[in-house]
Amino acid sequence: MTLFDYFLILLGMGVVTYLPRLLPLLFLTRRELPSWLVEWLELIPVAILAALLAPALLVDGNSLSVDFTRPEFIVAIPTFIFAYRVRSLGGTVIFGMAIFWLYGKVF
Amino acid sequence: MMGKLDTWSEALKRGVVAGWPICLGYIPIGMALGVLAEKSGLDPLRMGLMSLLVFAGSSQFIGVAMIESGASPLSIIITTFVVNFRHFLMSSALAVPLAGLDKKFLTLFAYGVTDESFGVNMTRFREGGWSHRAALVVHHAANTTWIIATVAGALVGSLIPKGAFGIDYALAGMFIALLVMQLNGKIYIITGAVAGVVAIFWRVLIPGDSYIVGAAVVAATVGFYLKRRSRGITFEECRPEESLR
Repeated sequence: MTLFDYFLILLGMGVVTYLPRLLPLLFLTRRELPSWLVEWLELIPVAILAALLAPALLVDGNSLSVDFTRPEFIVAIPTFIFAYRVRSLGGTVIFGMAIFWLYGKVF
Repeated sequence: MMGKLDTWSEALKRGVVAGWPICLGYIPIGMALGVLAEKSGLDPLRMGLMSLLVFAGSSQFIGVAMIESGASPLSIIITTFVVNFRHFLMSSALAVPLAGLDKKFLTLFAYGVTDESFGVNMTRFREGGWSHRAALVVHHAANTTWIIATVAGALVGSLIPKGAFGIDYALAGMFIALLVMQLNGKIYIITGAVAGVVAIFWRVLIPGDSYIVGAAVVAATVGFYLKRRSRGITFEECRPEESLR
């Protein structure tokens, strides 16, 4: 594939990635949103974070099965408790990394 | 809701302080993508161009694999669109705290909306005192790290031994902390729990990445109706601020 052909594919990928990121910002910041929509959107962050995280911790990507013994999930339990107690983003990242690393050493 | 207005130098400092976990997490993933790209015949220049023009991790992994397998350009572009469509939902939610900002800023801001920056910025906006400039700094700190990491991976392979210091868990740890910070009250806890359970089933049962948008929409809708019902459905009294701490 020539660099130009490759560039055209990237351009296509870039446009279809960028527009869904841009259009809601352009249109929804310009008007007074109905209160029901604002209220619904308020719940989107927690919903998206949980929807991203839960399968990443519990679902094996290859076999597509739920596995409660995955290190990602087991390490998530103390990390979750730590985050709840300490409420620090950076601290939780470091704590999670350390436990994950130790877990890999021990098991 | 808009929080304070930082000067750019304040915003730079605050954005980097808020965004470093993203950058840390992007290093191993970006390098892994670079290594994969190099093995698939993409040189560092092509890798860097992709990270600059697309900037969306999971779709780039899929894109590299599809390019290697000789998939048609159209199928690569459609797949990218489907995988990245979840950002539509994130930008919609970001429109609430960014209301009224000028088009130029929003055009630049939109470029960096990712799962990670969305999680960090929305959590900060909710806590209050977060500025749109600092949010933009988070985007570009993450983007810069991503470009450097992917190019470095394509250039020299991964410099990080597998599993070193648990760095592979950086993003998971960050998402756990962000999720916990979002759990302010019963409705939020229920919404998160519904999203997690639905996402797991959806992920296992339906091929592809639709589980993220699907589970988020289902859970937010369930949470929305529970909130309405617990209040006795009075449309006039909808004040989202009530649910904040």
